[in-house]
Amino acid sequence: MKASQDIPLKAKLRKAESSNTTKSYALILPLGIFLLVFFLVPIASMIYRSVDNPLLAKHLPRTSEALKLWDSSKTPDEKTYATFVAELKAVGEKTSIGRIAARLNYDKGGMRSLVVKTARKLKRVSVNTLPPEGTWKKTLAKIDKRWDQPEYWATIKNAGAPITVGYYLAAVDKKLDINGAVVKVPEHKRIYLAIFWRTVWVSALVTSLCFLFGYPIAFLIARVQKKCVNLLLIMVLLPFWTSLLVRTTAWIVMLQREGVVNDLLIFLRLIDEPIQLIYSSFGVLVAMTHVLLPLMILPVYSVMKNISPDYVHAGLSLGATPWTAFWKIYFPQTLPGVGAGALFVFILTLGYYITPALVGGPQDQMISQFIVYHANHSLNWGLASALGTLLLLGVLSGYGLHNKIAKIDTIKLN
Amino acid sequence: MNKTLKAALFSFMVTSLAGQGIVFAESITVVSWGGAYTMSQVKALHKPFTEKTGIKVISENYSGGLAQIKAQVEAGKVTWDVVDLDQSAVYRGCNEGLLEEIDHASLPSAPDGTPAKSDFIEGSLLDCGVGTVVWSTIYAYDKTKFPGKAPKSLRDFFNIKAFPGKRGLYKNPVSTLEMALMGDGVPPSKVYATLSTEAGVKRAFKVLDSIKDHAIWWETGSQPVQLLASGEVVMTIAWNGRIFDAQFADKKPFEIVWDHQVVGIDAWGIPKGSPNKENALKFVAFSTNTKPLANQAGYISYGPVRKSSSKLIGVHKEHGIPMLPHMPTAPEHMKNFLQTDSEWWADHEDELKERFNNWLIK
Repeated sequence: MKASQDIPLKAKLRKAESSNTTKSYALILPLGIFLLVFFLVPIASMIYRSVDNPLLAKHLPRTSEALKLWDSSKTPDEKTYATFVAELKAVGEKTSIGRIAARLNYDKGGMRSLVVKTARKLKRVSVNTLPPEGTWKKTLAKIDKRWDQPEYWATIKNAGAPITVGYYLAAVDKKLDINGAVVKVPEHKRIYLAIFWRTVWVSALVTSLCFLFGYPIAFLIARVQKKCVNLLLIMVLLPFWTSLLVRTTAWIVMLQREGVVNDLLIFLRLIDEPIQLIYSSFGVLVAMTHVLLPLMILPVYSVMKNISPDYVHAGLSLGATPWTAFWKIYFPQTLPGVGAGALFVFILTLGYYITPALVGGPQDQMISQFIVYHANHSLNWGLASALGTLLLLGVLSGYGLHNKIAKIDTIKLN
Repeated sequence: MNKTLKAALFSFMVTSLAGQGIVFAESITVVSWGGAYTMSQVKALHKPFTEKTGIKVISENYSGGLAQIKAQVEAGKVTWDVVDLDQSAVYRGCNEGLLEEIDHASLPSAPDGTPAKSDFIEGSLLDCGVGTVVWSTIYAYDKTKFPGKAPKSLRDFFNIKAFPGKRGLYKNPVSTLEMALMGDGVPPSKVYATLSTEAGVKRAFKVLDSIKDHAIWWETGSQPVQLLASGEVVMTIAWNGRIFDAQFADKKPFEIVWDHQVVGIDAWGIPKGSPNKENALKFVAFSTNTKPLANQAGYISYGPVRKSSSKLIGVHKEHGIPMLPHMPTAPEHMKNFLQTDSEWWADHEDELKERFNNWLIK
């Protein structure tokens, strides 16, 4: 072919291809926008909120600056007191005072009323004349004795930075002490680390149980005659389509003290007294496994039904025992499905809290319950975001680990 | 499509849009907790308000907390006009600028001329909220489980030896710690002073320690009723309205022990920046007037916050029983009681919640 003919053809092809690419991008544009608005932006804003700490930096900048040089073994100097009084009075608006008070109260209980009260009493005092009690130190101490304790000033100091790791520290049961060093919170206040481990542990247990029960069921569905497949699939899917609350409540009826299971066991004379099946870890594991089982069965089944029986037959005809043929030939081929199912179940369990809250005992609280508490009730959105970000990191690392081991990309969606 | 059909469709669309427009301009959205409680408000407050003013009331439900209000206020798109909040939420919301301040002078006086300020019971008029009902945290037991000696005082709730059996408790330090202390003999007037000290907090947890092995913890108001009905527990801490419902609507053999009840107040709050503030204020003033509050007491066993309403409390609109003996505000129930100190809890809740959860998971 001549070069002069060659070039226009290539150019044409390129043109056609690029317009095709544009078209296909245009087709997924709505999806892209959807992901951006409802997925990426909220996650980004959550991560931002977990470190964002603008309040004190905005309203009490000079106090924070002065406290940086303060020797924390005694109360700050008179100049710092005066700066604090002037800045607190300059805040003026009640709303901002309330927000500052609430922010400081996250770090130290009692700060809320202390700051609100101090601001209210200072209203009647002018900063241009001499302090009523001679010094501002004495004036504040007269309003409330707590201003004589360095730890209250340390709280203000530690909350002063516009970008903070404080929420993350709180999320792992740590805090900044009076000297600005990272220390563990007192023993009786440590909860989040224990709850995080508890959440991961419950998730791992539920995932294992789902595998133990789900794998044989998927195997059965993949093996039975065609006409039975639909029936079995419907039996798996019906509970899957039923509301989560209904299923959880059903388990309460089954497992409670005078419930179906206990009555049956007593009727069969296996036990004399009802046993505690619910409001305990046992109840959580039973209910969660039941709720999440379909998410294990379906991906495993979808992989199994595409595995040709010829491989196992070949193995058997070459002298493998049925077990060896299953374990060496069949099982490895189902691993992508197991991996996907395990990932679904694990990630969903990490975020569950309604079921554990309804059927669990006091030990069975999951981390998402605390995220809801801080998002909804205490309004400590910084801590809620930090806990959420840590949970997200856990999910992502679980996903990464799975990717490495099971190579999720090999799964086919057909 | 033929012309007549098109025309019909067009005129239908226009009228329905216009109809919506009118509804939109003259309506307020009132948000509450759902269930029998919202029903009592719709029947006794919303309907008469619409009849009187022509302003439509759209009723929505939520599950408490300030998160939605905070999100609406921060985004500058406030769609809720009046919200039923508990005291501590009003206090927090007010401090953080999420709620409008309400001028109490705009509230009508009682029929006998008593100004609103002295007609409302103590603690029910807040800077950013106007009280509606008094509800109470009490404990209730199943009569059939105690054929002989029945529990009478809060002390009995914590006495496993004399009254054996599982106990239902609220998985929350608020009201639980107070009840533990009062069950240990601390008088109501000293409860918060005691809880402010480390020794007091330890004492409260020690009392809870004594029943920890017999405790089943609940989180939502419907759970304790279910626990008691199913025989899971023999007595449980609960909210009085829920037990009342079980007693009379479901005919359950439950009995309430009012000794040392912990009373709380629910109040209307207006989210900051509500576009219908005028109408919202009209609704608040109307619905907290003597008669509507007394009427509400005919649907639910939460006491009206106006003293003048108490005299007008009649019988339950469906069960026909006199309501006053089932109210937290009945004189014989108010011999020993504690009023929740929301300001104290606003200071200490975060801290004690951590401590409480730490205690729970140990």
